[in-house]
Parts: sequence; structure tokens; C-alpha cells
Amino acid sequence: MGSLLKLDNCTIRFGGLTAVSAFCMEITNGELVGLIGPNGAGKTTVFNMVTGVYQPTEGEVLLAGERLNGLKPYAITGKGIARTFQNIRLFSSLTVFDNVRASFNLRLKHGPIHALTRGRAFLNEEAEIEKRTLELLKIFNLDRFREVMCKSLPYGDQRRLEIVRALATQPKLLLLDEPAAGMTPTEKSNLMKLIEFVRETFDISVLLVEHDMRVVMGICKRIYVLDHGVKIAEGPPEKIRRDPKVIEAYLGEGPS
Amino acid sequence: MDKLIEMLQQLVNGVSLGSIYALIALGYTMVYGVLRFINFAHGDIYMLGAYAGYLLAPLFAHTFKFGDFDTFTPENTLFILSGAGLVMILSMAICATIGVLIERIAYRPLRERPRLNVLITAIGVSLFLQNMTQYRLGANPRAFPQLIPVHVVEGLGNLTILTSQLAIILATIVLLIILRFVVMRTKIGLAMRALSLNPTACSIMGVNNDVVISFTFALGSALAAAAGILVSMDSPSINPLMGNLPGIKAFVAAVLGGIGNIPGAALGGLIIGILETLVVAIGFPQWRDGIAFAVLIVILLFKPTGILGRVEREKV
Amino acid sequence: MSRSLLSLMLALVVCVGISFFGENFIASNFAYYYDILISIGVNIILATSLNLVNGYTGQFSLGHAGFMAIGAYASASWSNHLDPVIFGMLGGSESPVATNAAMFISTLFAGVLAAIAGFAVGVPSLRLKGDYLAIVTLGFGEIIRVAILNTDFLGASRGLSVAGTYTNLFWTYGSVVLCIYVVLSLVHSTYGRGFLTVRDDEVAAEAMGINTTKYKVVAFVVASFFAGVAGALYAHFKAFVTPEGFNFFRSVDVVVIVILGGMGSTIGVVLAAVLLTILPEVLRALAHTQFVPAAYQGLLENRLILYSLLLIILMLTRPQGLFGDGTAFKKWSRRSRVD
Repeated sequence: MGSLLKLDNCTIRFGGLTAVSAFCMEITNGELVGLIGPNGAGKTTVFNMVTGVYQPTEGEVLLAGERLNGLKPYAITGKGIARTFQNIRLFSSLTVFDNVRASFNLRLKHGPIHALTRGRAFLNEEAEIEKRTLELLKIFNLDRFREVMCKSLPYGDQRRLEIVRALATQPKLLLLDEPAAGMTPTEKSNLMKLIEFVRETFDISVLLVEHDMRVVMGICKRIYVLDHGVKIAEGPPEKIRRDPKVIEAYLGEGPS
Repeated sequence: MDKLIEMLQQLVNGVSLGSIYALIALGYTMVYGVLRFINFAHGDIYMLGAYAGYLLAPLFAHTFKFGDFDTFTPENTLFILSGAGLVMILSMAICATIGVLIERIAYRPLRERPRLNVLITAIGVSLFLQNMTQYRLGANPRAFPQLIPVHVVEGLGNLTILTSQLAIILATIVLLIILRFVVMRTKIGLAMRALSLNPTACSIMGVNNDVVISFTFALGSALAAAAGILVSMDSPSINPLMGNLPGIKAFVAAVLGGIGNIPGAALGGLIIGILETLVVAIGFPQWRDGIAFAVLIVILLFKPTGILGRVEREKV
Repeated sequence: MSRSLLSLMLALVVCVGISFFGENFIASNFAYYYDILISIGVNIILATSLNLVNGYTGQFSLGHAGFMAIGAYASASWSNHLDPVIFGMLGGSESPVATNAAMFISTLFAGVLAAIAGFAVGVPSLRLKGDYLAIVTLGFGEIIRVAILNTDFLGASRGLSVAGTYTNLFWTYGSVVLCIYVVLSLVHSTYGRGFLTVRDDEVAAEAMGINTTKYKVVAFVVASFFAGVAGALYAHFKAFVTPEGFNFFRSVDVVVIVILGGMGSTIGVVLAAVLLTILPEVLRALAHTQFVPAAYQGLLENRLILYSLLLIILMLTRPQGLFGDGTAFKKWSRRSRVD
């Protein structure tokens, strides 16, 4: 099992504020890892460092040994990291179908010139993309909504669509930013099954940021705990559950 | 020695021009500060200020004997200045009202809407003001009445400074001092500053955002009107499109100083005024208008926050 | 060959047909309407191309007239200096082959030069957002105009005469068809969905592997190319160009059409272009009828007063225009402030 993602002593400072400090993390192929911590701990900041939205002030982000520091977000996605967002960021003017189709731009072989000449190769690729988009939508039971404006979808479906859209970029690592936010207990159970399904079917690693302990403890093999930008614990769920530092950081918060 | 005089001369010219830009730039920057919105129509308030003066002056011409004096003397100075001052203050009041009305009618309904809407509306307002003025008062330039005697200031040797330039510089200093007082020492000034930092917190703390915004527009418009009057004393030809070029140069000045930053706008105005004067002095008069655009492009590419501005991050 | 390419060919053939059979007839008997038809065509090209940038990609450009100017002056200079060469090679100034070749080459030159300018302006500017981009594009438009104003070789403020009034219905509407084809084919492809994602949510688009800056530049360059073409058509129609004809107001003209049509709807924009080209003429005619009191005649004839009121009212009541879905506006509803 090779190391897929490695964060080596990553620190990020915004002016005088150190948001994340000397953070180390490693994810292997096919692992499902959780990242938890109280509000404002820096979890989304870690995501943003991995995806290139922010550049680490110190430290390195490595994907399969390759340094990601300095790359732009779209380039990092090209290397195989995809994400979803805390507040759903779907393409609001596009249909469900087009939201997923847009992600195929990344590996498009026939670009703007071909769109104009509309030759055989272009038309074939478009047909192929359509096929694969529909396949993906079908797996997640969204194909019946294909022509619907994504904003009209129920909340849970929108979250699922965001995951499908990310998967369409053919990532090796999927980052999920609080996917269970705003869900009912039933929806959360379905989400847990979905995440495990995704990991197995697409053979990818998943890094999950979540507040809901039941979800995190339920599916993550290993968990990192962040507080005020510093890693305070790391290990399997049973160990984290009992760690006094973690309990203290979450004082007052129980499993929901 | 001659070179020094020459440089000083250009400096004065530049500061005089820059003062006008500064006064207009303040309006842009204050409105941007409280609303994050570039009021495209602001340059036309400057034009309206000049026209207001043009229309008001005849009403007081008899009382204040506009045009009757040839030079300033110790006896008549106070009298002349009060006449000119009255016209200027009235014009400022009128434009302040116009500014508040425009905000109320065209911008306020769009406050919750995306910024692009209101930007386009501002363009519409600007075009409307220009063309309405053109329609009612003709496109041809008009001669601004002489409010103060314009002659070279005596006792400065080879330095040629006009009384109008001196008036511009002195009036600007006075207005800037008053502005600083209002912004830093009054409650409403405090509200303006707070609003530019965090409008939500402001309304929670009991500030009536609408009133503060209206006040900001009134203040900015008044300053632009003052600029319109002052510049017309120096260069008495006014026309409905006169707000376009100075408007955009003042906007560049505001961006140069750091948009949203009040001292920055004044600083930016002075720099642009001096740069423009220099460009002409060096021998490239055809580029006097282009220099402001060149400055704009350079700033936006290399330091968009301007000299004194702050960076604002989008939260992802 | 694909269906859409066939439709393009067909449309172009139709244009040739109309031009071949109807051109002289229309031009001589309906000169006034002929003028309007050409103007409509030019405006459609300008608006459709700007729509790619402002509407589909959600970038607010206010300098389109600058690229039109480049195209106009480029094709004018080209024709003035190099047409005799073309005529020499292809059978003289009366030969239709020669004149059409001259038009084609000078228009192509205009478009390419404008596209290069679009690239030069776009690459540094398109990293800016919203208001700032608007001002910078406005600035570049003005710089181009001022530069032309100060270039003696291009006639400076005197203006430039253009050799050869080659513009006819074929060239105009052929270009219209081409422009619409390019914009629609680009947008309605997987690649083209990229433009829309840039408009909807740049952060999410980047996260999905889309190089947003590249898309913005592509849109800008394509739009500039066609603005240049429109400029060439205009130059070879009026036979005379001045820098004043390409000022900020001209850019605003096009922006109004795009907004009225509904940013992001090509059909809407085409219709709006037709409407807004005809409107001033209609109003001018109306102003002189007995329905309108003399006092208001001037008001109706003043296109800009009406435009400005139209803009304000549109923004207050129906910002999505005739056919748009308002998406281009939603882009800036997420205020980029650290609240």
C-alpha cells in the first residue's frame, strides 16, 4: 500500500495569524481517513492547502511523491485530487447532466478548434463523454434528473451530485468537506454507505472532514484531530474516542 | 535658479490640478468604502456642480458684484470670497441633494442584488445626467461667470501662480480639514468608518445604515460640486461632458491611493495631477489623458490594492 | 460532415444567393433600409461576440469598441496601401474576384490583429474581478482610441478615408452567420460548458480542473476577433473612420444590447441587436409625426437619453433582459468581503 498523500510539516500563516501549524498527515492508497476538530480548528484550511487554494507558508504537500506546492488548483485536480465544498458549490446555471459533464473538460482531447470543425473524432468523444456521464449519474441514482436544473434538486441530492461531479475528474484522492451537514439521520446513514461504496467501486482514497462523530467514527479507518491549527491526536476511532486531549478540545460536544 | 523656479511652477500647477482630482476622488472612495460600489455617475456630479454655479451666479451677481473687480485688494478680498463662497456652498448643497436622490431612486433598490446590476445602473445614470443636461442646456460650452478676479498673484517674483489656482489649493485644504474632522470626530463619521468595515455589525449595533449611506453620498457629491466650481473659476468653459475625463482620472486616483481609503484618495489625486502636469511639461501634451489610464493599468496589474489600501480575501 | 457544419454551409450559400440576386436591387431602391440592414448586421456581430465574454463567461468587459477600432483602422490601412497589389494580381479594381479577395484579406487581417490585441489586453486584465475588470477594459478601450488619435499615419483626429466600399449583404450577413456559428458551437460542447462554469463559480470550476484564466482569455480573444471583423465591415461601408466613432459610448451601446437580450442567450442578443438598431430610427420617425408635441421631439431623437433610461429601468425591473436567466448577475451576489 503506497503513500498517496503526504503533508510534511505544513504551516500556513495569514498575516499575523497562524491558521495551521506544522501539520503532518499521510494517506495511503484506498484509505478512508477522517479529519476532525472543533469549529475554526483549520480543517478547511488544510483542504485548501491540499487543493492549491492556499499555498503553505512552510512545509510540503506531496502526492505520490510529487510536490504540489505552487501548483494552481486546476493543475492539482489534474494530478488526481478532487473535492467537494462545505457550502455546496454546484454550477447553478447548468443542469444536473452538465454539472458532471463539465468535469470532463480536464481530460478533453478535442478542444475548442474541434468544437468548431465538428469532425468525426470530436463527435465520438462527445458521445463517449455523454455515455460516461450518464453511467455515473445512474450509479448514484441521479440519471432521472439529468435535464433538471441542479438548483431544483433536493438538498441531499445536491450533495450527492457534488460528489459525482468530483468523481468525474477521475481522482485518486477525494476530499469531502462536511458532506453530512444539514442531513437527517437517515440521509447520514445513506451517506456513510455511499462514501464506502465510492471508495471501493472507484478504488480511491477519501479524506473526510466532518463534525458528526457517528459518521466519522463509523467509516473512517484512521482519524486526525486538529485544534487551533495543531494536530492533537491521530489514530483509529477507538483510540481517538478515548483520547483525553480530544475530549477536552470538544468539551461540551458529544456524538450527535 | 531658473530650473528651480520652473520645477516649482510645475509643482504648483500639478498640485492645483491634483486638488481637483482629489476632491472628486474622495467621493468615489467614500462610496466604495461603504457600499463596495464604483459610482460611475460621480464625475457627472462634478459637472452638475459647475452648471449649478453657472445658473446660481446670476442670481447673486448684483449683490456680490461678480466680475466688477479686477484684482484682489485687502479691502475687497473678504467680500469677494464670501460671494464666491456662497455660490460654492449653495452648489454643494444642491449636488448633495442630487447625490442623495440618485442613491435613493436608482441604487438603493438594488442594494441586495448582485453588484453588476448596480454598476450598469450607474452607467445609465451617468449617461442620463450628461444627455439631459445636453438636451436642456445645449451641447455647446458655456462661459462660467467670473466669481473672483483672476490674475497673477503678486510678490512671487518669476513664479506665475494665478489667484484661481491659489483659491483651488486653499479651498481644497479647508475642505480636507473639514472632511477629516467629520470622518474622525463626529458620530456619523465613525459610523461611516464602521460601515466600511462591517455593515452587518453596524446595523446590529443600532446604526441606521441607510442614513449613513445617504450621508456619504451627500458628502462625496458636495466635494465633487466644490471641485466643479473651483475648476470653473480657473478654466471658465463648461460643457455637459466635462465630467467624463476628470471623473475617470479621479477614479484612477482613488484606486492609486487605495480604494476605500480616504487619505489615499487625496494622495492619489495629487499624484495624478502632478504626473499629468509633468507629462505635458516634458513635451508630450498629447499623452496627458493617456497617462492616467497607463497608471491605472500599471496599478491594477501590480498592486491592485493601491498605495494605502488593504487586501480583502474571499472566504472559500 | 456533422449536421451543424452543414447548416453553416447552407446559411452561407443563402447569403451568397441573396447578395448575388438582391444586392443591387435593394441598395438602389431601398438605400435607407439597406443602410439599416448593414448596421443591424454589424451590431449583431458586436453583441454576439461580446455576449461570449459578458454573458456566457460572466466577465464584464467595457472596451469592445476599442477592438472594433483596431479592426476598422487595420482593414482601412491595409486596403489603402495593399489593395492595388491585389488588384494588380487579380484583374483590376473592377473585377469582382479582386474586390472580394481584397475584402476577405483585409477583414481577416482586421480580425487577427484585433484578436492579438485581445490577447495582449486579456492576459493581464482577466485576473481582475467585477468592477476592476470593467474599469480596466474601459481604460484599454480609451487608450486604443487615444493612441489612434495621436497617430498621424492613421489620420489622427482628422479621420481616415477607406479605399473600397466592399461591404455588402453577403460579407455582412456571412460574417453574422459565422459569428453566431462560432459562438454557439463553442458554447454547446463539453469544452464550452467550461465558459459557463467560470461564470457560475470560479472556485468550483478550478476545483474541477478547469483553467479559468485560459477560458476567459479564449472568450476574450474570440470576441475581439469578431469585434475586429465588425470594425472592418464598418470601415468598408462608411468609407471613413474617426477615433470618436469608437469611444466609450460605442462600447456602452453594445453592452446595452447584450443586457437587453439577456446575457447568455444568443437568440436574445441577436433580437436585441435588431431592436436597438431599429429603435432610434423608429423614434426619429415618430418624433416628427403629429402624435408627439414639438417640445418632446428632441427627447425622442436623443438616443442616449432613452438608452440611459432603458438601462436604469431594465436593471430595476428586469435585469435578466428579454431572454436571459439572470445567471451572469448571480455571479456577483456572493459579496467578496470578509464579513
